[in-house]
Amino acid sequence: MIINHPILGPRDSAEFTYMGDAALLDRPDWQAKDALLQFIDYGYLRDNPAGPHTELWYHEQGDRSFLVITRDTTTHEISSVKLASDVARGRGRSK
Amino acid sequence: MRYSGLRVIKEALTGHKGWKPTWRDATPQNHYDFLVIGGGGHGLATAYYLARNHGAKKIAVIEKGWIGGGNVGRNTTIVRSNYLLDGNEPFYEHSLKLWEGLEQDLNYNAMVSQRGILNLVHSDAQRDAFTRRGNAMILNGADADLMSTKDIQKRYPFLNVTDARFPIKGGLAQHRGGTVRHDAVAWGYARAADQLGVDIIQNCEVLGFRIESGKCLGVETSRGYIGASKVASCVAGSSGRLMAKAEMRLPIESHVLQAFVTEGLKPILPGVITFGAGHFYCSQSDKGGIVFGGDLDGYNSYAQRGNLPVVEDVCEGAMAIFPMLGRVRLLRMWGGIMDMSMDGSPIIDQTHIDSLYFNGGWCYGGFKATPASGWCYAHLLATDTPHEFATAFRFDRFAKGQNDR
Ligand SMILES: Cc1cc2nc3c(=O)[nH]c(=O)nc-3n(C[C@H](O)[C@H](O)[C@H](O)COP(=O)(O)OP(=O)(O)OC[C@H]3O[C@@H](n4cnc5c(N)ncnc54)[C@H](O)[C@@H]3O)c2cc1C
Repeated sequence: MIINHPILGPRDSAEFTYMGDAALLDRPDWQAKDALLQFIDYGYLRDNPAGPHTELWYHEQGDRSFLVITRDTTTHEISSVKLASDVARGRGRSK
Repeated sequence: MRYSGLRVIKEALTGHKGWKPTWRDATPQNHYDFLVIGGGGHGLATAYYLARNHGAKKIAVIEKGWIGGGNVGRNTTIVRSNYLLDGNEPFYEHSLKLWEGLEQDLNYNAMVSQRGILNLVHSDAQRDAFTRRGNAMILNGADADLMSTKDIQKRYPFLNVTDARFPIKGGLAQHRGGTVRHDAVAWGYARAADQLGVDIIQNCEVLGFRIESGKCLGVETSRGYIGASKVASCVAGSSGRLMAKAEMRLPIESHVLQAFVTEGLKPILPGVITFGAGHFYCSQSDKGGIVFGGDLDGYNSYAQRGNLPVVEDVCEGAMAIFPMLGRVRLLRMWGGIMDMSMDGSPIIDQTHIDSLYFNGGWCYGGFKATPASGWCYAHLLATDTPHEFATAFRFDRFAKGQNDR
């Protein structure tokens, strides 16, 4: 699998460590009333779709950036690659 | 029809005209008492034990493809009960005991071969961990044997115990472990279930659930609607995508695991060996092929094929302990979709939807669990209480922080 890194260009996926569903970017608010329930969902439950899946890949053997990648779990076709920091900022986060 | 040696001789002398299909090709009825989704090992075993242990009637197993085409027909066939935790070990030991009597019970040759499994030790810390595990196994009534390098040399003279890259310092053996012919397990359970009146319906994919006021009434399938008093999901790697149709999110990710088999060789490997300094395990099939595997590919996948980096990694493991395999040709490699649970343990439980039950999360080790999984799932379905060996396999363990049991 080749991942087209936004800064470094096409890289072998073996350089990366898979970090799971990109929903993990959206950590629940720990002060919310139902924080406990939200964290159980966040920690343990997954959509696990057969089809497009948005997920985190960590470029461990490269520039150590986190990427948000949309990949089809039935074909491994990658349709989008973004820097996770850009995605997080796009959602109004500081980093 | 019962199978026996006499029967084989009689059929051989009469032109093999007397054999019947191993199971009926059933057409779906309108309504069943128990509807098991998924004709893998676990689904077929569940149906069989529902009929045999609980005298249940009107049972069907529905399978989207052909039975045995899923993981039960793709795995590396290793059975063992060398688990550590109290929540697991009695369950897996029950399973191993069921394997030991399976062929008599089913009247089917599943080629159960208790050739032994050896987990190699390469460091002091690993020996400590395996000593602890062996003791836990013995406490739960299983067998365990901490082998010295001398013992290992006797049984496996080709293992390098002197100057290998990862020196072998001993091993934990379970001599009752071994291998079972994988598809014969599916066929044997299918035949035995069929003989007890279970409908096995192939080419019938579940497309959705009919759920009204929090109760599951049946399933929509590619062959029409089928009603059921109890619906039992048992689809292993497809759990995520099936249960999504009931709007359930699971503590499970689907991942691909690859397996490999070489050309046939003369008998060189009498038992099952696992490498302790990398992820690699292997055995030799009765046809002579070396069957081996290693790590998951490591990312969510519903594609039943893997990628090359893991092939390389697995073959490196092979070369580290069996350099003699270097010139053997690989015959086939394939992948299966694993239902990886968040804590590595399975789930056999009711769902929050009435009459809808769930069995899954077997990770890469559910083949050995097949008999006990069917046994305990049938118990749950028939009695609405968890079987004593499966009380830890509940959905709520994650919320309760009990997922270390
Ligand atoms: C490469 C590999 C090696 C392995 N090695 C071992 C090993 O050495 N030892 C061990 O203990 N375990 C091993 N396993 C794990 C083991 O194979 C599985 O955990 C176990 O087989 C899963 O249970 P099953 O047999 O019921 O699954 P499956 O055989 O996968 O059965 C599930 C069935 O459900 C069907 N299905 C899915 N969706 C639907 C639907 N919507 N409608 C109807 N039917 C549906 C599928 O077609 C399939 O036939 C290995 C797995 C793999 C892939």
